[in-house]
Amino acid sequence: MASGYDRALTVFSPDGHLFQVEYALEAVKKGTCAVGVRGKDVVVLGVEKKSVLKLQDPRTVRKICMLDDHICMASAGLTADARVLIDKARVECQSHRLVVEDPVFVEYITRYIAGIQQKYTQSGGVRPYGVSTLIMGFDYGKPKLFQTDPSGIFSEWKATSIGRSSKTIKEFLEKNYVEDMSKEDTIKLTIKSLLEVVQTGAKNIEIAVMTNDNVTKFMDSQEIENIVSEIEKEKEEEATKKKQPRH
Amino acid sequence: MINLDFLNPVEDNNGLETEVNKEYLENLNVPTFDIPLCNNPIEFLKHQTEAAEKCRLSIVHGTTTLAFKFKHGVIVCVDSRATAGSYIASQTVKKVIEINPYLLGTMAGGAADCSYWERELGRRCRLYELRNKERISVAAASKLLCNMVYSYKGMGLSMGTMICGWDKKGPGLYYVDNDGTRLEGDLFSVGSGSTFAYGILDSGFKYDMTPEEAYDLGQRAIYHATFRDAASGGIVSCYHVKQDGWTLISRTNVKDLHYKYAEQPKAPLV
Repeated sequence: MASGYDRALTVFSPDGHLFQVEYALEAVKKGTCAVGVRGKDVVVLGVEKKSVLKLQDPRTVRKICMLDDHICMASAGLTADARVLIDKARVECQSHRLVVEDPVFVEYITRYIAGIQQKYTQSGGVRPYGVSTLIMGFDYGKPKLFQTDPSGIFSEWKATSIGRSSKTIKEFLEKNYVEDMSKEDTIKLTIKSLLEVVQTGAKNIEIAVMTNDNVTKFMDSQEIENIVSEIEKEKEEEATKKKQPRH
Repeated sequence: MINLDFLNPVEDNNGLETEVNKEYLENLNVPTFDIPLCNNPIEFLKHQTEAAEKCRLSIVHGTTTLAFKFKHGVIVCVDSRATAGSYIASQTVKKVIEINPYLLGTMAGGAADCSYWERELGRRCRLYELRNKERISVAAASKLLCNMVYSYKGMGLSMGTMICGWDKKGPGLYYVDNDGTRLEGDLFSVGSGSTFAYGILDSGFKYDMTPEEAYDLGQRAIYHATFRDAASGGIVSCYHVKQDGWTLISRTNVKDLHYKYAEQPKAPLV
């Protein structure tokens, strides 16, 4: 049957690079940023919401989605590609429940998504997915955070970010991350790190918090506003303290 | 062959999926056998399989196997006779298949079918363990087996097996058979001697028996089945599945059990 494409689009360069994959990573770097932070018994995902245009309905532009009752994911890069991956992952979560009679582990579904992304870097007639994903969930009451990228690599993280200015945020997280943070501290750290990049403040930030009881709460904008004002107050206090002459 | 293997679906979105999956299918999915090259192989095979009245290959489950859950785990007892019609082909058949150190499968029906498919199940369980860094649950293992044989439903497989093990949810016992029946339960007996075994099991079963009482009950049930059923006999093997895996408790010839029980006083009915 000659109905399939047989020419691969992703081929090695003479010095060992897969340029299509690297270009896909560039596409991801242009996407809106997403941050994930793991606390003691909570995981938080924060995304930068693109400013909603006047006539656009904000509810349809959700960037954080549920893959199953206990798994949540955010993506950065081409939203349409992300949609396809999310759909495949959701089907896989249910298939797993059907065959194994158990909900998926976070690592399992991450490996599945990463496997799909890898497949598309090694096949005829297709291009790699231009998405990096952050997947969070709980396994036996332990919080987990994983990241995948267009090359098909995946790994577990304590705190990470993808998309625009991810490097800046990662550095910020490295400086400020503490092990076993409480829920409030984890949420605060996520918002703080997003504020480094998102100039316009609370209305362009979306936060999802997953706790031990597998309940995911999307924080509403008022709560985010409150935390942002708290953070700004703390920053001012720090600044004034520094200005005061030392005794 | 109906591919009901949900873990490895064949998506036909584009040529990409089918080309990759063909290779994948060959290595990891349900083993494929040659089936009649026609539109409806099951229809074609109907007169050969069990479903037909005068079918040529009638495989009766000539055996007695039993398994039950109790406070201290799962007990599995089987006989060891293989018959070909009225000829006793062997008195020393191993009817318990050790899938892995914590999963056991019993064999009733066609010996070849049972041993092949349970070994295949062992392979799939091992792959699961390697991929997920965790032991497979009894529910999942029995489901894998059930889905594998369902692909060949109506084509003449003969297998009535009990998958027994201990996993995170505690002791597990599932009955799986060749038409894709999969039942969870606390007590099962499979084979031509099962009715006799059920009589003994149901009258003597107590959830909080001691292990010794449980071994005795299982052996007794198999013995009584072998006494009355011509297709069961030989040696009673008794296994105990505990939290850290299964152990072989005993292999006793039914003849010895016969004389042992003859000496004992019969239990009062009231």
